[in-house]
Formats: sequence, C-alpha cells, structure tokens
Amino acid sequence: MVTIDIETDDGQREILRRMMLIRAFDNEAGDRFADGEIPGFVHLYIGEEAVGVGACSALEPDDYITSTHRGHGHCIAKGLETDKMMAELYGKREGYCNGKGGSMHIADVDAGMLGANGIVGAGPPLATGAALSAAQKGEDRVALAFFGDGAVAQGQVHEAINLASTWGLPAIFLVENNKFGEGTPVEKQHNLENLSETAEAYDIPGFTVNGMDVTAVYEAVEAARERAVNGDGPTFIEADTYRYRGHFEGDHQPYRDDDDIEAWQRRCPIDAFANRLVDAGVLTEDEVDELRAAAEAEIEDAAAFAENATDPDPSEAYEDMYDVSVPELSTYAGGSLRADGGSTTDQ
Amino acid sequence: MSTDTSTSNVSGTESMTVREAIREAMREELARDEDVFLMGEDVGLFGGVFDVSDGLLADFSEDRIRDTPISEAGFLGAGVGAAATGSRPIVEIMFSDFLGVSMEQTMNQMAKMRYMFGGKTEMPITIRTTEGGGMGAASQHSGTVHTWFAHFPGLIAVAPGTPAAAKGLLKSAIRSNDPVFFFENKMIYEQTGEVPTDPDFTLPIGEASVERTGEDVTVIATQRLVGESLDAAEELSDQVSVEVIDLRSLYPLDTETIVASLEKTGRVVVADESPLSYGVHAEVVTRLVENGFYSLDAPPERVGVPDTHIPFSPSLEQEVLPDAADVTAAIERLA
Repeated sequence: MVTIDIETDDGQREILRRMMLIRAFDNEAGDRFADGEIPGFVHLYIGEEAVGVGACSALEPDDYITSTHRGHGHCIAKGLETDKMMAELYGKREGYCNGKGGSMHIADVDAGMLGANGIVGAGPPLATGAALSAAQKGEDRVALAFFGDGAVAQGQVHEAINLASTWGLPAIFLVENNKFGEGTPVEKQHNLENLSETAEAYDIPGFTVNGMDVTAVYEAVEAARERAVNGDGPTFIEADTYRYRGHFEGDHQPYRDDDDIEAWQRRCPIDAFANRLVDAGVLTEDEVDELRAAAEAEIEDAAAFAENATDPDPSEAYEDMYDVSVPELSTYAGGSLRADGGSTTDQ
Repeated sequence: MSTDTSTSNVSGTESMTVREAIREAMREELARDEDVFLMGEDVGLFGGVFDVSDGLLADFSEDRIRDTPISEAGFLGAGVGAAATGSRPIVEIMFSDFLGVSMEQTMNQMAKMRYMFGGKTEMPITIRTTEGGGMGAASQHSGTVHTWFAHFPGLIAVAPGTPAAAKGLLKSAIRSNDPVFFFENKMIYEQTGEVPTDPDFTLPIGEASVERTGEDVTVIATQRLVGESLDAAEELSDQVSVEVIDLRSLYPLDTETIVASLEKTGRVVVADESPLSYGVHAEVVTRLVENGFYSLDAPPERVGVPDTHIPFSPSLEQEVLPDAADVTAAIERLA
C-alpha cells in the first residue's frame, strides 16, 4: 500500500496538507534562524515541496529514503513529527537526534528515513546499500535516494547507480534539479540537457518530470517502485523544480535575478495542486485556507515545543559514539586526562 | 574414547596460518548469522587477491560472497547503508592504500551516523584490508594507514599479530555493532600458530596480549612486528629479558596492560609499521607518559617507517621497513 493514495479525496487532501506543512515549517525555520534562535545554518526546501511529498507518498511506509542537506521537506513527507524536527533544529534533547544532528542530520531510521546529509552525493551509496539489504532479506522494500543536481557531478553517485543497476537492486534515484548547485547554475556544472540522460549510461529507465506537479512526481515514483519490487532494477528520475530561497539562509544570491524567482513562484506547487483540487470539487477555497491555517498552527506549536525543550547536558557530548563502552571517552571527558587518571588506572 | 577426543577438539587448538584463521573466522560467522555477508573486489570467484576468502563462494551463495566492481566509494558506501538497515557486511578493501578512494563514506557516514543520530542507529560493519611493505608492491600497494582510522572518532581499529588474534578479533569485529577496521599485514598470511577451534572463541576488542614475559625491556608491537619482536627477544635472551606485547587493538587502546608492563620493566620500545610521526607509537608513548611517567627509566624508543612511502626497489624497501634487527638495536640502546 502506498503511503498516501492520491486516487482518493482524503489522500489528495493529505498530500496538499503535507506540502503546506513543509512550507510553513521552512518559513518558520527561516524566521527563527534570522532571529538567531536556531544555531548553525539552515537550507530551506521552499518551492520543492511537490518533489518530496509526491515521492514519499507513492512509497510504502516501510521503504527507505536518503536525503540531503536540504532535508526538512523529505522528513515531513516521510511522516516525521514536526515538533521533534524543530526541537532538533534548536539543538534540544527532545529532537530526533537528541540535539546532536541539527538541521542537516535529522534522521529516523525506524521510519525509514536514513538521514539528511551534509555531504553532497553521499546519500545514493547508502540507498544502494539499503536496497541491497532489503533484497538480501527478501523484503518487499525499496530505497529512494533524493539528491540535488550538484550531486550528479559526484563520483560516488555514479558508483551507487552502477552498483544498483549491475545488481538489479530495488533502488530509485531521484535528482531534484533546483537549477543551482550551491551558488553555481546547473548548466555550468553539467554538459547534459537533461540530467536524466545519466540513466542511459547505466541502462536503466531515466526520465524528467515536472517537479512542480506533485501528481507527476507521484506517478513517476509509483512506477519506479513497481519496477524495483518486481526485480527490474533501479530507475533514475529527474524532477524539474526550483529553489525559492538561497542555498542557505543568508545567501545573497548573486547568481540569479528576482524575475527568475518570481516566474517560478507563479508555478508554486502548493497553489497549483490546491487550485486543481478546488476545480475538481475536492476542496472549497475556504477549506484550502483552513488547511493552510491548520498547517501553520501546527508549526507554531512545533516552534513553541522546541523553544521550551531542554538543552542537552554537556555530559551527553560523550554519549552515543559507540555501542560498546570505550574507556577513552570517560578518560578524556572534559578535554584532558582526568586528575585521577581516568578509568585506565581504576583498579 | 572417541567422545573424549571430540570434546577435546571442540575446546582445543589447531595449528593454522593467519590466512586460514581469517578465512575460518569469516566462514564461522557466515554460518552463524545469515545477516553476515562479504563483499569486495575479487573476493568470490577469485578467492581474494591473497586467497583469504578462497573457498567461501563454494560454501555460501554469490549473494553472500559478493564480487563488486572496482568501485570502493560505491561498495563501501553500500556497506554502510546495508549496516544501517539490519545487515552485517564484511567489506574487503583489497589494499589499504585504496581506502582513500572510499574515505568520504568512512569519515562522514560510517563513523558519524550513530553519533549524529543521537545513538539511534547501529553500524555493524567490518572493513578488512591489507597493509604493509615487503613484497615489492611499491608505494600504492604497501602502505600502513591504520593510524588514520585509530585516530578518527567513531571507528574501532584492530591490527592482529598472530593467527589466534586474527581469528578471535575478526569474529568479535563481525559480531560488534560498531564499525571495526581490521588491518591484515600481508606479509604474515603464512605465519602459523595455535588457534582455538571452538566456534564460540572470540577475543575482546580493546585488550592487548602479553606474548612473552620479561623483566628488563617491554616491546609493544603490532602486526608483523610482533613476530619480529619475539625473534629479537629470543636472540637477546642471554643478555636481556624482554617482554613482548601484541597491542592487537589500536582503538580502543589497552592502556592498563602496557602501563603494567612499563611499571615492571621501566623501558619501552614501540614497534609498528606506520610512519613514525604522529603514529601509533606516539599515542602509545603518550598513554605511558600520562599514566606511568615516574616508571620510565629511559626515553621510549620508536621503531617504524622513517616518514617515507614504501619504495619499490628491494634494497630501498628493506632500508625503510622495520624488522627484528631494528627492534634488537632499539632494545640494546635501552638495556
């Protein structure tokens, strides 16, 4: 069973709601970052919501995904809870990673979310490995790697696709072509008209879909998933989309004009899908507004939860390194050899 | 009587080479746990470039003895993904010099996932690789790089010096829920020794082993230099009583055992095939200084590669590779 059935009215409403939730989450995250409440840096998914939601909705709940440094949307699309996500952005103990990961490393392995990832192109090998594991165990599971257009220039992405193709693994490679690899336009990074042409080298299906259309992404991933679980190997999908915000918040964006941003904003994936549902009689305009208001309210609650959450105790910096107890961690906790010689001379 | 013989075999030992010990460790763990699998370049049909996995493909399936493309970043990364999702891969990197190709997946994914995710994932992966000079393989197939991995937080690093240590530590590595790098010195694959045959025999990671007891000088050695140090100790036995320790585990490091030996002998040689600067030697000496400074009767001696790469020409290679003569000279300087 797909995670959300786009054929039903309820499913369509849920898909719209999740896209709105991502938009609200990242607007709030951007504001809170600007206010100095969120440490580090954040990369927002605004404009690309249809890709994450379309893809994750067409997957089954047990399927795996790998994500990118721009991972908030993938998390919400995979069903992660926004309060624990926001708490993670705040570096709080109640966050998904107990505050150790932050925006770029939110993960929920039990939910099949194998982590946002700060290294461009690192996700596809992990997805290939998850697909290998699922295939070896005979599980009806696939692994989908989200990665950006910039990652298509990374060697390990090609190695991952080659392995998955050669071994016929149940993997899906989904490139989010948001037109910029950090601050450099896609055409200055690749000599391909469509990045999906990459698939030809690996003899797997590859096609480009409209990444501003959640239905198009959903259908592409649904078909790719069917191929994967039928033993027909991986599929390479390019979603043609656009990043409305900078590479990171605070990016002064010398690489593009406001006109370009506005042109893509007129193709807003959330408005487009909402309008379609109104036209089809699934929702009224008022119901769309209510859905948006509810999404924004949930995110306000999530931000309040994060604000009121607990800072980790400094001692937690020494936890979670290993499954086993490693004497060095207790010996050197605090930054140098303890006055009593640490555990190494405890006898 | 036959029952007695069988019982004594189960708990007894058998003479085998390091190569056989590693192969048997893998064979036993593959049989014990169906989530365990081996992948790497030429590990199946070819049996491994040093014949370490020879015969495993016949006993297990192609699915579990998996030949890979020459694609270290890809298949090591796939091993990380498989380990995060319930498998227990053994990944062979043919020569440790090739670890550089797969370093991103090692340092930013394998080593960090558990910590970054707040302890909510396990990383039960074992990386086996070959190190060391001595066969004219030149600089890109002879390196000893284990210091990098012992240094990098989130990884476990072991480097056995005997067949028993190889078998016991590899089995522990495969059963561990942490990422373990298992460094095999390619020049000791033919070295023989007694190895317990009990399929439940394992050795705890993080414990060194006193291979020879002595009173005057301690040699703390790894890999090939364990045997070389035992030879040196034997040769000098009329003049000086030498204790030889196989360090076995580079991280965690068994401070207790090495400090106890220092407290007895007061003099220490550290022998490891890493380049000398910033190497295993430096960490071992630091532990001794931190924990046993007042037991030191002389400055510690380091035996290792003098900060060069491993050259091709045999005369050059022998010049830089440490051996029993270098250990002997170091002991004589101290004794």
